[in-house]
Formats: sequence, C-alpha cells, structure tokens
Amino acid sequence: MPLNLLKFAFRSDYGEPRMFRRPDRLREEYDVVIIGGGGHGLAAAYYLAVEHGITNVAVLEKSYIGSGGTGRNTAIVRSNYLTEEGARFYQASVDLFRDLSRTLDLNLFYSERGHFTMAHSLASLRTQRWRAEVNKHLGIDSQEVGPDFIKEKIPEIDLTCGGHQPPICGALYHPPGAIARHDAVAWGYARGADQRGCEIHQGVSVTDIEVRDGAVTGVHTDKGFVKTTRVLSAVAGWTTHIQKMVGLRSPLVIHPLQALVTEPLKPWLNAIVVSASLHTYISQSSRGELVAGASLDPYELISMRSTLDFAETMAGHMMDLFPFLGDIKIMRQWAGLCDMTPDFSPIMGTTAIDGFFLDAGWGTWGFKATPISGYAMAHTIATGDNHDLIRPFNLSRFSEFDQVGEKGAASVGH
Amino acid sequence: MKILTCPVNGPRPIQEFTYGGEVRDMPCPDTSTDTQWADYIFNRTGEPGVRREWWHHGPSGVWFVAERDIIGDNVLKTYLWSARETP
Ligand SMILES: Cc1cc2nc3c(=O)[nH]c(=O)nc-3n(C[C@H](O)[C@H](O)[C@H](O)COP(=O)(O)OP(=O)(O)OC[C@H]3O[C@@H](n4cnc5c(N)ncnc54)[C@H](O)[C@@H]3O)c2cc1C
Repeated sequence: MPLNLLKFAFRSDYGEPRMFRRPDRLREEYDVVIIGGGGHGLAAAYYLAVEHGITNVAVLEKSYIGSGGTGRNTAIVRSNYLTEEGARFYQASVDLFRDLSRTLDLNLFYSERGHFTMAHSLASLRTQRWRAEVNKHLGIDSQEVGPDFIKEKIPEIDLTCGGHQPPICGALYHPPGAIARHDAVAWGYARGADQRGCEIHQGVSVTDIEVRDGAVTGVHTDKGFVKTTRVLSAVAGWTTHIQKMVGLRSPLVIHPLQALVTEPLKPWLNAIVVSASLHTYISQSSRGELVAGASLDPYELISMRSTLDFAETMAGHMMDLFPFLGDIKIMRQWAGLCDMTPDFSPIMGTTAIDGFFLDAGWGTWGFKATPISGYAMAHTIATGDNHDLIRPFNLSRFSEFDQVGEKGAASVGH
Repeated sequence: MKILTCPVNGPRPIQEFTYGGEVRDMPCPDTSTDTQWADYIFNRTGEPGVRREWWHHGPSGVWFVAERDIIGDNVLKTYLWSARETP
C-alpha cells in the first residue's frame, strides 16, 4: 500500500472539502424556491446566481441530490433532433456541456464518442436521412452512413443481427454524440450554486404550494412553511404530484424506464450504439461497464421497480448486435421515472399561475438538456419572460394545438 | 410473473395484455369550446391514485376496464365496459 494512502487512512480530518454546505434550517423567505435537486433544479439555481445575481434561493430535494432521473440515466448527450426547435435547443445544451468541466471546475468525464442510430429498414433509413438534412441545415454535425462505414468504426458489430432481426442497412451518424458522468453534473452545479450563496436542502419534501389570487405565495414542506413568490418545479417524473398542488392540468403521464450495466470489460466499444428497432442503446463507460437502456415500460406506473422481463429482452438485443456478449454478466439493473409528453418535447416556462414555473416533460431525453434548461429557466424566472429557446415548449401549446413533434427523434429512450 | 384478470378469460399473464390509457368521457364535439376540446385531446390524469383504464386482452380481442392504483400497481377490479355503472 502506498505510504501516503496509509497516512491518509489514519487522519482524523479528511482533506477533501465537502461539495456544499448542509444548512440546518429553512429561512423564512426566499426569492426563489426550486423544487427538485436533480441536474435541472441545481443548474437553474447556479445560473440564477451566476447570470442574474439572485442568490436568496433554496433548492428543496426530498431525497439526496441526483437521486431521480439525473443519477439513473444512460448519460447520452446529443443534438441530432428532428425539429428545428428541438435541434436548436439541444445544440445550445451541447455547446454548454463542452465547456462545463472547466466552468464548474470538476471533471465530468465528458467524452465525445460518435453516436450511431442504426436503421434496420428502408423506412427508418428515410427518417434518419430527414434528421440528417434538418441537422445539416442548422449546422449540426450529422450524416447518413452505410453498412461499410459502420463496420469500419465498430468492427465488433454483427450487421446481420445473427438473422434474429432485420439486418442493419445504414445509420444516422452524429460525431459529437457524447456521454458524461451524470452525478458529477449534479454535484458540480450544486457546488457552484452553494459557493454563490444558494441553499441546498436535502431531505426536504414539498407537500403543498400556496396560491392566492392566481399567484404563488409560498410552499409547504415537511419541515415547515416558507414564503416565496417564485417557485420552479423541476421534478421531472414527479411533476404530476406537483401540478396537482396548484391545480394545473397537463398531458404528462409517468412510465418507468429501465437500464442495466454489465461487469467491466477492457475498452473495446468507443461509439454509442442505438437501435431504434431493437429499442436498445449501448455505450461503454469510463469504468469499462457496458451501460444499456431500453424503451419505456408498457404501461403507466409511478414506481422505480425493475423487472426480469426487461433484463431478458435487453440481454437478447445486446446479443443480436454483439453476439460475443453472451458470457458477460449483468451487474445491476434499475429504473427511473419518465414524465412523457405526447409530442416528445419538454414543457418549460411560465404557466397560468403567476410565479409558478415548470421545467418538465423530460421523459427519456432530459439529461442532455440539463445545462441549457437551467440556463433558460433562470432567465425566465429572473425576467418573467420565457427565454427564446424555450418559447415553443410552453404548456400553452396544448391548448393552442401547437405541438412540437419530436417523436421521430426520441421514440427510443435516451 | 404479473397476472391480470380478464373479465372474460380469467387470470392471464400481463404479457397477453395491452394498455389502452385512462377511461375518459368525450365532451360533445358540437357544443364543447376549443378549450374543453383541447383538454380532452391532450390532457391526462397522470397523478398518483386509483384510476379507471382501458386494457386489451390480445389473444381474445377483449377490451375491458381495470381500476388500478398507479403507484402500487395493484389492480382493484376489472370488468366489461357495459357493466361499469353497476358496482
Ligand atoms: C433509465 C433512464 C435512462 C435515461 N437515459 C437518458 C439519456 O441517455 N440521455 C438523456 O438525455 N436523458 C436520459 N434519461 C432522462 C433523464 O434521466 C431525465 O430526463 C433527467 O434526469 C431529468 O432531470 P431533472 O433534474 O429534471 O429531474 P430528476 O433528476 O428526476 O430530479 C427531480 C428531483 O425532484 C425530487 N422531488 C420530487 N418530488 C419532490 C418534492 N415533492 N419535494 C422535493 N423534491 C422532490 C426527486 O427526489 C428528484 O431528485 C433517462 C432516464 C432514465 C430513467
């Protein structure tokens, strides 16, 4: 054992400072209360402080930070979306992600791998082509590629899927597609927000929201009441609990989404491999584990249980693409809650209630949006005016018949 | 294995069923306002609690109603649509 490590073990004070303070009680009043200490809520707190100088902010998290979707996703970041509104928004997020390790002074293991969405049919090849053209038009690096290109970049793949599935006939290739260490994103934003004076309260659950004459006046928590005129709900899979407190209706329905990791292997898979037909996405983490996710559970459920069905189907599809994985063991399996919208776009911004802001509808695609959502929501809260990038995503689109149909790009989770 | 009880075929594995969303009453298209209509088309009761939902038994093609708690995933009862008014 190295001597330094031995010495360290006998020290009574561990040199590493805590990432953020643990305030022992809630203040009486905050300028802004953020419900949910996932990446989105913490990023909003960070940008409120950094961009707008608003620091009398509390982030209330019922469990520990990052315990929701933020710590459960398969960490894929990309911007090759189908609609202009979507592609522009997610590209702005990728731009922030690229500098984020430096900005937050924390290594997020942001790793650009190249993202392949495999097509197993001409119909899906046609959608890929459509996406590639929209992307190019907006200056996003995205192209349609053939089987030879795929085989060259990912020699281990079995393009015939062993005859169990229709063969892979092409792919949408998005070189900037990346993965990141998701919990570090939460910690980095938490530390940044805390250093600037925002308070992060773990273990505090919001139980009700006080609305008088159409305006927010405070929130009830299991640790007492706090006054505030501005509340951001950033609770993703728990949004339907919160919307009930203020009497809002929305199209959101909650489904579990499951993922798994295998035992660690030596690095062999650089790319991120997605197959829309097999409902599978696979990447290799910096620890060597294969991280894989599936499509949503088939019916609404507000529960994070995982199922054997999923592990079996998932393992089968991984072996369709990479037959040699047959001997590899699955280490862990888990589920997260996805708040699904009918058009696969988020719900963001102001609402009919004065001072109540929504950051929701993150479904299976919200991790990649963490930086830009925090940024745009902070702007919206500070100015009372929806940031340009999120204007198309307002809840009002469902009463104005003005959806942003992103289905083609997000029908497979990630 | 999760079991769901089809009112016609009895208890069957959940894999034999397809979920059809919550049971909702359509407002009259002739008299409803745009707002009421949009609410019917888009909005859902995604909140926790017990809900009436459509389910379909694939092998036999039976559509029926289930009352299910969407947090605990417990099905309280299942019945055919025409029988819904009689408790
Ligand atoms: C298996 C899986 C794979 C995924 N893969 C990807 C991917 O590859 N790429 C991608 O972009 N997205 C992916 N997603 C989606 C992504 O994880 C989410 O959209 C994103 O993490 C949402 O972040 P958030 O900060 O909005 O919410 P969350 O991280 O869910 O945070 C919400 C927080 O609110 C807290 N909370 C809830 N209710 C209350 C209350 N009443 N009071 C106080 N606190 C409360 C919760 O405890 C939780 O910590 C995936 C999701 C899953 C489940």
